[in-house]
Amino acid sequence: MNRNYTIAVLVNDQPGVLQRVSGLFGRRGFNIESITVGASQEAGLSRMVIVTAGDDKLLEQVSKQLYKLIDVIKVVDVSASPMVERELALIKVSADPSARPEILGVVETFRAAVVDIGPSTLIVQVVGGPEKIDAMIELLRPYGIREISRTGVTAMNRGTVKS
Amino acid sequence: MVMQGEVKRSKEEIMERMRKPEVVSGSEILLRSLVLEGVECVFGYPGGAVLFIYDAMHGFKDFNHLLTRHEQGAIHAADGYARASGQVGVCIATSGPGATNLVTGIATAYMDSVPLVVITGNVATSFIGTDAFQEADITGITMPITKHSYLVRDVEDLPRVIHEAFHIANTGRKGPVLIDIPKDVSAAKTLFKPVTEVNIRGYNPTVTPRKPQLDKLIKAISEAERPVILAGGGVVYSGGHEELLEFVTKTGIPVTTTLLGLGAFPSANDLWLGMPGMHGTYTSNKAIQDCDLLINIGARFDDRVTMKLEGFAPKAKVVHIDIDPAEIGKNVPTEIPIVGDIKTTLALINAEVGYATGADAWRQQMQQWKQEQPLRYVDSEVELKPQWVISMIHETTNGEAIVTTDVGQHQMWAAQYYRFNKPRSWITSGGLGTMGFGFPSAIGAQMANPDRLVVSINGDGGMQMCAQELAICAINNIPVKVAIINNQVLGMVRQWQEIIYDNRYSHIDLAGSPDFVKLAEAYGVKGFRATNKEEAEAAWKEALAHPGPAVVEFVVRKHENVYPMVTQGNTIDVMLMGDEE
Repeated sequence: MNRNYTIAVLVNDQPGVLQRVSGLFGRRGFNIESITVGASQEAGLSRMVIVTAGDDKLLEQVSKQLYKLIDVIKVVDVSASPMVERELALIKVSADPSARPEILGVVETFRAAVVDIGPSTLIVQVVGGPEKIDAMIELLRPYGIREISRTGVTAMNRGTVKS
Repeated sequence: MVMQGEVKRSKEEIMERMRKPEVVSGSEILLRSLVLEGVECVFGYPGGAVLFIYDAMHGFKDFNHLLTRHEQGAIHAADGYARASGQVGVCIATSGPGATNLVTGIATAYMDSVPLVVITGNVATSFIGTDAFQEADITGITMPITKHSYLVRDVEDLPRVIHEAFHIANTGRKGPVLIDIPKDVSAAKTLFKPVTEVNIRGYNPTVTPRKPQLDKLIKAISEAERPVILAGGGVVYSGGHEELLEFVTKTGIPVTTTLLGLGAFPSANDLWLGMPGMHGTYTSNKAIQDCDLLINIGARFDDRVTMKLEGFAPKAKVVHIDIDPAEIGKNVPTEIPIVGDIKTTLALINAEVGYATGADAWRQQMQQWKQEQPLRYVDSEVELKPQWVISMIHETTNGEAIVTTDVGQHQMWAAQYYRFNKPRSWITSGGLGTMGFGFPSAIGAQMANPDRLVVSINGDGGMQMCAQELAICAINNIPVKVAIINNQVLGMVRQWQEIIYDNRYSHIDLAGSPDFVKLAEAYGVKGFRATNKEEAEAAWKEALAHPGPAVVEFVVRKHENVYPMVTQGNTIDVMLMGDEE
């Protein structure tokens, strides 16, 4: 059965490592819904969080093929256990002074924030799971969305689940 | 004995000299490191970005450098060297076009898990990314076809990188590793400190398999009534051929060997069934389809072996032993996965496994199929038949030669009619199917085995893809015996166009090829031509007796097909046997 998998990949912080990982996904026909990269808890290692769609067999191949890359240290299927998934989005909305109070109401409900106010636009910053951000975008759409920038999902397992 | 002692001492002296901590250039570090890794022969081609390296090689006598006539010749030769010896093959090329000319050879080695260290020069670090003269992003270009690669930006890293590269290339699932060295790095000087330890955190191949998995296999063997072994290149690469023979002798299980597995098991053994797959033997293919236990040892269920996956080995419990866990379950669902080195794994199994007592009727069935449906062709006294030529080459060399091939019909006939009894005697591009591989790989095989007979079997198409390397055979007196099976056509393409595309022959005619005898002679290599059996035997024997390199052109029947043949979309038991022709 096809579903989304969120996997964390611990890699050596080496030039070209992102190319190695993304190239592997590309040539093996694995889909990338989103990919984020940043520092990990250990110096010299980066953590990538990749959301991919497929079935269990595909996930097994993704994981095995990733392990064949010399710069890959560890691959974890974060979505196999309870996890926290977060994404940040910046949304620039058309906002005449008259529309602002209404937009601010939406922003407040979502515990989002307005991080810039221009003559005719607002930038809304929202943090949450991908569904929350999708919902926020839908609610802001009627006001006229000028630009969206999403970071992609980063994720971590809850509690003491080993990762 | 005194001689040997002296040789040993001088070798130790050389190593001592190489290890000496001195301030030297990156180029000198490279050469010293290669010697310290045990490299005896390097294939290469100089150019602007490797001038410092070639300058350091001036007068350097601690390994051979063979100057090929094309970088592709260099890398295929390094590949042949590695396959024939089990040592890491090494080649050197310059930046840009030098490096990109290696791409086909790197992909060839990657697909067949051949250990290579490929050294390329690059433009100076300050020029990288500026589209400089002869700049190419070779680490980027080769990322999908290398096991690993390095772009060395600091000369201090060079000793570690080279040591890691050799380790990665020749352990686990073997493969090519590329080291790209910018010109300023090969020029920069530093104190050479040899590296002897490896510490690569993300790389730790599983050598010893898990015991419970072995117990499952041993139990499955004891219960099987129709077991069969599918042995692949992994047996050869791990050096596990003796363990395989012991395993088969102990269990009495019949064996089919893949294209790359030829030689992993003696073909003279009664339990050998031949090769499976698209042009496999009737018995191999039927055995796989009817078996109740399929034990894959170091093969990767390539599509030329399995053909149509749905319906492949439909009654079998599948066991897969492989050093690369990613191969297990990739194509064929596997009940008993065993990750480990083949040699180590088989030795552990052999200590406990017993005879497959339930399989007596099955073993008889194998013998019956082999008798009823042997490999066969219709011989002719009018035209020379390629199968006859290969059989003649087999007989006149007692099956003892190292045989390299190119790709196509002659490759399949060589796989079918040359009978191997030893590993590392059969060198062919199986995975990538690289034309132009056959002849230069023979040069490498001969450099690795100066005392063995090396025969290179080629078609008239592939021979023309790397024929220029005849020059280095002549100049260095490398006594490769080249057979050209000349059917004046791209034979395998012709066969497909005949059978699958309704005789619509499109752009396959190789009429107008050079006179191969004259071509050989132009390079200073002895040339022969044969158009019938008598000439063929006489010319071939003369070529074998000749102390140097020789080319023998066998002019064979054009419309000959390779049988058995399984066409695409069919399971492997649906075979065209060719008897109606």
